[in-house]
Amino acid sequence: MTETRSYYGRPVIKEPVWQPEIPWYFFTGGLAGASGVLSLVARLRGNEPLARRSLYIGAAADVVSPALLISDLGRPERFLNMFRVFKVTSPMSVGSWILGVSSGASVSAALLEATGRLKPVKYLAELVSALSGGPLSVYTATLVSDTAVPVWHEARHELPFVFGSSALASAGAAACTLVAPKDAGPARRLAIGGVVAEGIFTQVMERRLGMLADPYREDEAGKYSKLAKTCAAGGAALLVLRGKRSRLAAVAGGTLLLAGEAALRWSVFKAGFQSARDPKYTVIPQRERAPTQNGA
Amino acid sequence: MSALDSYGAEAQERVGFFTDTSVCIGCKACEVACKEWNLVPEDGLVWTGESYDNTSELGANSWRHVAFVEQTEPEVDALRWLMSSDVCKHCTHAACLDVCPTGALFRTEYSTVVVQEDVCNGCGYCVPACPFGVLDKRHLPRKDPPALPLLTKKEDGRVWKCTLCYDRLKGGHEPACAKACPTDSIQFGPLDELRERADKRLEKLQAENWNGARLYGRDPDDGVGGFGAFFLLLDEPEVYGLPPDPVVTTRDLPEMWRTAAIAAGAVVAGVVAAFVGGSR
Repeated sequence: MTETRSYYGRPVIKEPVWQPEIPWYFFTGGLAGASGVLSLVARLRGNEPLARRSLYIGAAADVVSPALLISDLGRPERFLNMFRVFKVTSPMSVGSWILGVSSGASVSAALLEATGRLKPVKYLAELVSALSGGPLSVYTATLVSDTAVPVWHEARHELPFVFGSSALASAGAAACTLVAPKDAGPARRLAIGGVVAEGIFTQVMERRLGMLADPYREDEAGKYSKLAKTCAAGGAALLVLRGKRSRLAAVAGGTLLLAGEAALRWSVFKAGFQSARDPKYTVIPQRERAPTQNGA
Repeated sequence: MSALDSYGAEAQERVGFFTDTSVCIGCKACEVACKEWNLVPEDGLVWTGESYDNTSELGANSWRHVAFVEQTEPEVDALRWLMSSDVCKHCTHAACLDVCPTGALFRTEYSTVVVQEDVCNGCGYCVPACPFGVLDKRHLPRKDPPALPLLTKKEDGRVWKCTLCYDRLKGGHEPACAKACPTDSIQFGPLDELRERADKRLEKLQAENWNGARLYGRDPDDGVGGFGAFFLLLDEPEVYGLPPDPVVTTRDLPEMWRTAAIAAGAVVAGVVAAFVGGSR
């Protein structure tokens, strides 16, 4: 391959301008969405402790999420402009509506659960929260894929699954820390299964990306990725080995796993910046489909 | 064209720029005229050491950018100096406009792409969506009075870019950069006319053995449906910092939504599966 030509090594595309709020939101949004689903399914299966705690976890994450997003805006006082229109061409527009609905539903359900009032309304709110939970936990992957950032756009087939499994692992892990081990069986399996699925999808993604997988392995993104794998594996191992018997192990394992899931979102976030910064990641893939005029 | 249909009788002929870099002399009159007319603020003066270019790139505070490329040609042992005035491409299929969640970015009656500064809430989505890195957030101090003190930031925080001098178009004038260009390197006009003119210019240059000459963004079948502001370049696009084969990211969005729907279903299935086999 000939050396990539560039304009003084400057990037072709702009790096995103998103601040640390955004990767944290990827984490809290995933946690909120998957917790909403977990809560409803636990309720239907008659696991009340798990249902209740997951509902509260989801509601808490659903309170933090919009706050993070508003804080990231250049003009926070104009956050309501997100609801001026509904555009399917903009995953951020669709996502704002999903988060609005999900957040409103899960917070209402949690308040009604805590106060024990308006049971039918609470069930309806729980249902809405669960239905919007799946979309909430994966749309952020679509959002970043729908950019010119090479490692995000080219990962568009796998990222929603990576984010989805990470959300499941997060919801399971969070529940493990707050629910007694005897009631936390499904949460444990969800946490462990999420970590396994996420490992597989990440592998598939990196293999399919080829040279574009490098940013995921290098510099800050690489460090977060290693941290994510170490924490997630350690947390999952604790849950597998001792999570059933020891409350302490469940809390430690769940916490470790949550740290791993947050680190995973940071890794994906940072990889995007790194790939935008280096013109070769933009130019080489485009050159492969459009040869130079001189045939090089 | 569906966007224009909504304008009805107000729809105008599509206009744009043809920037013929073969006659650019690097005077930067376009950069200055743009700043003056559009009140684009100064954002620091630096020496980059990159030929005569201290603007470096398009951004919130630079809507025209003159690139200077110094090349040595071994055969003749001479320096070749390429100059090119870059600008927003006003794409036929504009990713910035597609992804904008507030509708701040819109298609005008002239088929150009403009940000409404009173609507933009600084979400920043258009910034990495643009395949050319045209848009950016303005980090300079905010000038207008804060609206809600607790929620207001000190910096401007909105995105800015070339409007193709929307206000001048409405008044029947050509954009400031084209008006100021002393060599007609920047030509303004109806896009169809510009394309014809560019074809003739390319033919002439090729007849004169300018082998590197090529039109960039002229083709309506390219990844962004053709540029409203296209170029005649003398070397590969990446030499000027431009992407060789830009594609509007939303072209793949239907497929991305399908993937998201499957993944969302998988999340629910994953939760259900966690309850299978175990107690409760």
